[in-house]
Amino acid sequence: MEWIGLLNYALFMGIFIGIYALLALGLNIQWGFAGLFNAGIAGFFAVGAYTSAILTSAPADGRIGGYDLPFVIGWIAAMVAAAAIAWPIGKICLRFRSDYLAIATIGVAEIIRLVIKSEETLTNSARGIAGLPRPFGEWPYVESQAAFLVLVAAIVLVVYLLVERQFNSPWGRMMRAIRDNELAARAMGKDVEYRRLEAFIFGAAIMGLGGALFAHFNRSITPEAIDPMVATFLVWIMLILGGSGNNRGAILGAAVVWTIWSVSEIATDQLPHEYAVKAKYIRLFLIGLLLQLVLRFRSEGLLPEPLRGDQGNSGIDRERSVQS
Amino acid sequence: MGLLEFINFYLIPGIVLGSIYALGAVGITLIFAILRYAHLAHGDLATLGAFIALAIVTSAGISPLAALPFAIVATAVVAVGIDKVFYEHLRERPKIITVIASLGIALMIRAVVQVIWGVDSESYVRGISRPDVYFGLRIRDREIFTVLAMLGLVGALYVFLKQSKWGKAMRAMSDNPNLALLSGIDNRVVIMLTWIIAGGLCAAAGVFLGINTEIKSMMGWHMLLPMFAAAILGGVGRVEGAVLGGLIVGITEELSVLILPGEYKAAMAFVILLFMLLVRPTGILRGKVL
Repeated sequence: MEWIGLLNYALFMGIFIGIYALLALGLNIQWGFAGLFNAGIAGFFAVGAYTSAILTSAPADGRIGGYDLPFVIGWIAAMVAAAAIAWPIGKICLRFRSDYLAIATIGVAEIIRLVIKSEETLTNSARGIAGLPRPFGEWPYVESQAAFLVLVAAIVLVVYLLVERQFNSPWGRMMRAIRDNELAARAMGKDVEYRRLEAFIFGAAIMGLGGALFAHFNRSITPEAIDPMVATFLVWIMLILGGSGNNRGAILGAAVVWTIWSVSEIATDQLPHEYAVKAKYIRLFLIGLLLQLVLRFRSEGLLPEPLRGDQGNSGIDRERSVQS
Repeated sequence: MGLLEFINFYLIPGIVLGSIYALGAVGITLIFAILRYAHLAHGDLATLGAFIALAIVTSAGISPLAALPFAIVATAVVAVGIDKVFYEHLRERPKIITVIASLGIALMIRAVVQVIWGVDSESYVRGISRPDVYFGLRIRDREIFTVLAMLGLVGALYVFLKQSKWGKAMRAMSDNPNLALLSGIDNRVVIMLTWIIAGGLCAAAGVFLGINTEIKSMMGWHMLLPMFAAAILGGVGRVEGAVLGGLIVGITEELSVLILPGEYKAAMAFVILLFMLLVRPTGILRGKVL
C-alpha cells in the first residue's frame, strides 16, 4: 500500500511544519516585530516541552511531577514557563544592543540543556519522560495523525490571526517604530525596554507552546529529541527565507525549509551508512550557505514585510536602531 | 583542604583554562570594538584551528607546539577569507545582520570539521602525561607552555597595538571610526589585520585546549560563552581586560566545583556574563558598551 505510506509521511511532515511554523511565528514577534536576536530558540522549546510533560504524564517514582493533568493545562503552563524564563533574560539584556541578547540566549539554551541532562528528579535525565497523553491518541493511526494535524493547523491559524492583529494594531506600529528608529520612538515617550520585553516574552511563550505540541505528538521527550543548534538555526533560516516581519512569510518559510530538510534527509538515508553520516553535515553546511545567500541577495525574503504608510524601503535592511 | 591541594587541583587548572579563554576573548574583544559586532563563529574557528594542527601533527609527525605556528597562519587566512566572502558585503547593513550571518558561519565551519575529521574525540599525543612536582606544586609541561604562550602572544599584540603605526590605527578605529576614517586610515587594512589577529589567536586557543583536554567538533562552541563572558568582564575593546576576564572566568569555573555539581561548571560563564551586564556593563577596565 504505497499511497498509505505517502499519506502518513505527508501527515507527519504537515505536523512538523505546523510546529516549526509556531516557532517561526514566535521568532517573528521577537525579530520581525522588535528586532531582537534570539539564538536560544531550542531552549524555550525545551522548557515548554518539559513543563507540559511534567504536568501531564502519569505519576512515576523518582521524579517530580506526573500530575496527570489534561494536556490543555500542560500547554498553557508550557507557555507560562517559557515566558517566565524569558523575563529575567530580557530584563537584563534588552537595555543593550541585540548582540548581548544573542549571547545571553545562547547561554540560556546551554544551561537549559545542562539542567535537562543532569536534574534527574525534574526531567528523568537521559531517559526522558514518556507516556504523555496525545490528543486523539486512542484513534487508529492514520486518523489519529490526521486529527493531530488538524489540531496543529488550528493552533497555528489562531496564533497567526492573533499575531497578525497585533501587527496591524497601534501596538504593532509602535513596535516597528521602536525597531526602525529607537531614538525617535524614545523621544515620542515610548518605553523602549518595556515594549521590547513584551515582544520577547510573547515570542518565547509561543515557542514554549511549540515545544509542548512536539512532546505530546511524540508522546515523550528526551534530551536527544532535538539538536538545539540545528533546531534554532532551522527556525532562523525559515523566518529569514520566508520574510521577516511577515507572518505569512514565516509560515511559508517553515513549509519550504522543513520540506527541503526532511526530503533531503530521506534522499541521503539511501546512501551507504558511511556516506549517510557525512551527508548530514553536508546538509547542515548547505543550510548555513543558504542563509548567507539569502542575507546577501534577498534579505527581504520570499514574502517581504508589507509596506505600510509611506515607508520607502522594506525587509530586514532598514536601520533597526541608531548604531553608535 | 590544604593550601597546596587548593592550588594543585583548582587554581592551576583554572589558570590554564583561563589562559585558553583569554586567547579567544582577545579576538572577540577586538572584533567587538573595531568591527562592532558579536562574532558568534569564534568558537568554531578555534575548533578549526585545533583540527588543522591535528592534521599537521599526524601527517608531518611533529609535536603540536611545532604545528602551532602553521595552524595560526592557516586559521588567520581562513578568517580573512570568511570576512571577504561572507561579511564584507554586509558591512553597510545593520550590524545585527552580520551577527546572524556569523551564526550561520559557525554551523558551516563545524559541518566542514565534522565531514573531514568526523565527530569522535581525538588527541595530539597518546598516553598520560604525569605532572612534575616543583616545591609541592604539581604542574605539567603543557600547562606551563599554555600560560607562557598566552602571555607571549598577548604581550606581542599589546606592544603592536601600543607602538606600531597599524596598531595605533586599529585603536583609532575602535575609539572613533569616523575620525579615524577622516584622518586617512585605510579601513580595509585595519579590518584585515583584525581578522588576522583574531583568527590566529583563535587557532592558538583551539590548539591549547586540544593539548590540555581533547579535540572534538563541539569544543569551540562550548568555549564561546566563556570567551564572551571574559571579553565583557574585562571591558569590550580592552586587550588586557580580556586576559584578566579570561583568567577570572577560568578560575571561577574550576572553583565552582567546590559548591556546585560538576555538570554546572559551564554555567558559571553565563552567571558572570549576566552579573556584569546587570551591575557594570562596561566591564572591570571600563570598555565600550554597544
